[in-house]
Amino acid sequence: MSAYEISVISVIGINVILAVSLNMISGFCGQISLGHGAFYGAGAYAAALAMVNIGNPPLALLFAAVVGSVTGIIVGFASLRVRTDFLAVTTIGVNFLFTGFVRKQHWLGGEMGISNIPGSGLGASRNMIMILLFAAATVVFSLYISRSWMGFSFRAVGEDEDAAATLGISAGAYKLAAFGIGTALAGLAGGLYAFFTQFIVPDAFDFILSVMLMAMVVIGGIGSTWGVVLAAIALTLLPEAIRFVNDYRLLVFGGLLVLVIRLAPGGFAGAVGALARKVRKS
Amino acid sequence: MYYVDLAVTGVTFGCMYAMMAVGLALVYGLLRILHIAHAAVFALGAFVTVVVANATGSLALGFLAAIVVAPLFGMAIYRLLYEPLLSYRPDVPMIASVGLLVLMQDAFRIVFGEQGVTFHNNVYAFMTFNLFGVTVNAVQIAIVVAAAVVFTGLHLFTTRTRIGVAWRATVSRPKIAASFGVDPIKVRYLNFALGSALAAIAGGLVGLLNNFVDPSIGYVVSYKALAIIVLGGLGSVRGTLIASLVLGLVESYGTIFIGQWLDRDAIAFLALIALLMIRPQGFTGTRTA
Repeated sequence: MSAYEISVISVIGINVILAVSLNMISGFCGQISLGHGAFYGAGAYAAALAMVNIGNPPLALLFAAVVGSVTGIIVGFASLRVRTDFLAVTTIGVNFLFTGFVRKQHWLGGEMGISNIPGSGLGASRNMIMILLFAAATVVFSLYISRSWMGFSFRAVGEDEDAAATLGISAGAYKLAAFGIGTALAGLAGGLYAFFTQFIVPDAFDFILSVMLMAMVVIGGIGSTWGVVLAAIALTLLPEAIRFVNDYRLLVFGGLLVLVIRLAPGGFAGAVGALARKVRKS
Repeated sequence: MYYVDLAVTGVTFGCMYAMMAVGLALVYGLLRILHIAHAAVFALGAFVTVVVANATGSLALGFLAAIVVAPLFGMAIYRLLYEPLLSYRPDVPMIASVGLLVLMQDAFRIVFGEQGVTFHNNVYAFMTFNLFGVTVNAVQIAIVVAAAVVFTGLHLFTTRTRIGVAWRATVSRPKIAASFGVDPIKVRYLNFALGSALAAIAGGLVGLLNNFVDPSIGYVVSYKALAIIVLGGLGSVRGTLIASLVLGLVESYGTIFIGQWLDRDAIAFLALIALLMIRPQGFTGTRTA
């Protein structure tokens, strides 16, 4: 495999982890978060600092997941206070707060970020395999959660908090759990990203990235693990595939986003479901 | 006088934010959609103003053209993008809106270039007055006056005219308003037309203040105006005005006092999060489920 292919596949793996973990928060549990990039970034910076100071890759990944999860649970407390669109905008705020804070911190490298991060020591192709293994584990975990009692409770909270409360499901606890798990995975993805690029800047974790991740979830079909995995792969490959229209990439990308939503508002999963129903009827 | 200067800057930015955000608040109040593509309408207004003003040599014609073009575009967004998606979860039209914004921003970049367009004949950007020792720019005065006129006009329109009352009725109780003979679809078009016209005026004025319009002009609106309408209690015009002024002042003073730890946007959002934790329903909003 060429270096280009390895890097594209690595990015796909990282984006799958990010989109699937966001889907746990926003899809399963119904808590719209437009600040997933902040937790990803927190993980990346945590791993970078751990590698620069300690130099132990497994410890750095663990540290990344823990930092992601802790910031996620703190933001999760906000979701107990504000709901729906208020929460969406609060999480946008969290994203801007993260990038704005990091940009001004000298110990985090400021605008220039952190460079020369020691790699995982596995080499590019084995590093890619490690990323793919983590991505696969995330997908399996997500499928398991959605079939478990916890997944059932997440959906109940997402559909109707008050009705869930009547059934004795503690909405607050499950919201915090969704944020804690989802952002731990985002932090892990950040750690993998730090190994992959060995160079991080605040701009890599901005609001645009968070919107892109939410687009993966919505286009995939919110709540559907397979749909989201598919959308994550498609939306990562799309800018590469339309490289020939280099100067018009964003134009084409925006146009396709509008078209897909307009033609299949339920995302891939919704479109497949509708097709299956049509086939069964005929 | 330093602190007074900061206040002047803060109020100017606040008035600008208010005119950008009010369209967003109106759309949210009526349809519960976060209309992120409003930023594209704002940018379109700015570009139409500068292009027409340069072509005809008349700023007034530039603004007039923007006030005509932007509402048409806003109504087209409603008809072609939002109307078919109204029955889905609110994040679906929102993502479509983001897609449209990305598309439009890139279209502006391709048509007008990375550098954007500069006003050929803009004397106002460099005209300053000395009011009681405080230096004020002519465009800053125009922004504050425009905001005052617009919000007074909007207030009179919604309280004193039949159309305005029908509009408010539709926003608060769509079904009952419809049973009294108000056409809710016409109200939606009116809503998008008015909000877009205001965004276009704001866009033109921001262009005048900077003396140029570049493709990135809309990005600030896309996220900051969202923060403002949330702070204002989502859908409330009065709340939006208050929140805009508060945010303008917080940013203006904040960059001086805590500028070494956080950048301008982060300060704005820190204020937003802090206020939301205290008042989860915004300044004027009633508590929603």
